[in-house]
Amino acid sequence: MRSDRGQRAPLGLKIAAACGLLFLHLPILLIFVYAFTTEEKSFVWPPPGLTTQWFAVTWNRPDVWEALSLSVRVAAISTTIALVLGTLCAAAVSRTKFFGRETISLLVILPIALPGIITGIALRSAFSLADIPFSFWTIVLGHATFCVVVVYNNAVARFRRTSGSMIEASMDLGADGFQTFRHIMLPNIATALLAGGMLAFALSFDEVIVTTFTAGQQQTVPIWMLEELIRPRQRPVTNVVAMVVVLVTLLPILFAYYLTRDGDQIAGSGK
Amino acid sequence: MTPAVSFQKVSRHFGSIRAVDAVDLDIVPGEFFAMLGPSGSGKTTCLRLIAGFEQPTAGSIAIFGERAEGVPPYRRNVNTVFQDYALFPHLNVLDNVAYGLMVKRVGKAERHKAAEEALSLVRLPGYGARRPGQLSGGQRQRVALARALVNQPKVLLLDEPLGALDLKLRENMQEELKSLQKALGITFVFVTHDQGEALSMADRVAVFNDGRIMQIGTPEDIYQRPSTRFVADFVGSSNVLPPDFVQRHAGQRRWASLRPEAIRVGRAANGEGVAARLVSSNYLGATTRLALDADGLKLHAVVPAGAALPAEGEAVLLTFNREHLHLMDEAV
Repeated sequence: MRSDRGQRAPLGLKIAAACGLLFLHLPILLIFVYAFTTEEKSFVWPPPGLTTQWFAVTWNRPDVWEALSLSVRVAAISTTIALVLGTLCAAAVSRTKFFGRETISLLVILPIALPGIITGIALRSAFSLADIPFSFWTIVLGHATFCVVVVYNNAVARFRRTSGSMIEASMDLGADGFQTFRHIMLPNIATALLAGGMLAFALSFDEVIVTTFTAGQQQTVPIWMLEELIRPRQRPVTNVVAMVVVLVTLLPILFAYYLTRDGDQIAGSGK
Repeated sequence: MTPAVSFQKVSRHFGSIRAVDAVDLDIVPGEFFAMLGPSGSGKTTCLRLIAGFEQPTAGSIAIFGERAEGVPPYRRNVNTVFQDYALFPHLNVLDNVAYGLMVKRVGKAERHKAAEEALSLVRLPGYGARRPGQLSGGQRQRVALARALVNQPKVLLLDEPLGALDLKLRENMQEELKSLQKALGITFVFVTHDQGEALSMADRVAVFNDGRIMQIGTPEDIYQRPSTRFVADFVGSSNVLPPDFVQRHAGQRRWASLRPEAIRVGRAANGEGVAARLVSSNYLGATTRLALDADGLKLHAVVPAGAALPAEGEAVLLTFNREHLHLMDEAV
């Protein structure tokens, strides 16, 4: 017996696969369609008419811009914090042996394993205990807790596959710590950091639970959307925003995927 | 003359493990120095102490007269060829070789020219544009060598550089390293667990065991006149003879070593010599190695191929010249 690559799959299996994919993606297509509907109070299928007016309406709504700008800023800053802290933590855990190393590794990963609601409540009570008013920075802090995990996981996997003697070789050839980081470590972990950073950004961008606990009056894009769904006014605006968000987040993720796809050779294995 | 590398009572302990224990060592400038020993004997730790990757727990190290303790690896005029070569996978061969000059801010044209020269030196001219992943093991080894040599180190450290190569390539590289060292006049410090490699390449050999140096000397010294049972056994598997046996044949109650090729195996059942029984024979090509049992004492003899061999289990008579029996310093 041999499994033939060219062999055709049975028809039943093909139909099942097609149904599975449709089930996953049809609702997303529906969201796109509703962005063009003329009915603004509820979602009616089929749409009574098609229009592009909602794009102009969305463009002129300041609350959309505020939410979008807040989300981008929160995601960008949490990702930056996560990149620095996650890389440092990964370097410490994978490059040296110290007492409590495994515990620290577990504690860093914990925020993503815990339900968001636990992280949210914990942060909220900590903030009120310390009398920190809810602000932009409390949202950033909340998001950074799980962004660090994503970056850490990516970086630690890459560090493990980077030969330790490469760093010694660099030092041996006259490079100090900074030069070694700049010329040897960074190029070797760059794609891992990029992938981790993209994922962290995307996670932060659509985070709801932690945000509801750590935000004051501000609205990030997902929170704004939830609010919009409750009151029936210019409903298709939500769909337009959803469409833009899908396009804007999909492109960097595709880009990161193609960038890291063939960059997976093991760094620094001599043999 | 100032030694190239000087160890004074140098120890490196990892917790309760004494990786290097009170080692004294002077390496002469321009010599090819081998550190030989089984794994875990402290030879690689000694090399790392010279390179600066380890700091001594006690004692002092000097490189060409300058104190080395506390000096980081990047400020030492010493370069290392790593066991796994440790080439940088994201740089091509030329940039790998030029790396040391790049971090010292040598201009691009100048450092690439120097790197090309270093590649010619290791007989890899024109390989600069390739990636390390595209090279064979032997070629990577040469690139690692060029990358170290381009910095014109005062001491070149080689950590089992031939370990990953196959036999034929290893023999070629041994000769090449030796002639390169002669031509450049750089002090080479070479770590190996292969006694054949140490003996054939080095001007002097230090034999390590349990973090201590058992003996330092020329290959001939080490091979012909081992000072301890360990050296006799580890370097070329000499027969180690117990004091009682030596007293009977040499008149002194001391440990002694006897090289396997110094034993003659005769078939006479009686006469002058040591009565023994042939346990087994191993055909090695140019020679045959015989395992013998002399009244409970296990001995090995090496005889040239083609000599008439006794059958296994047969009684034989062993003879040797008294001057081949080397009395060792080790206390009884």
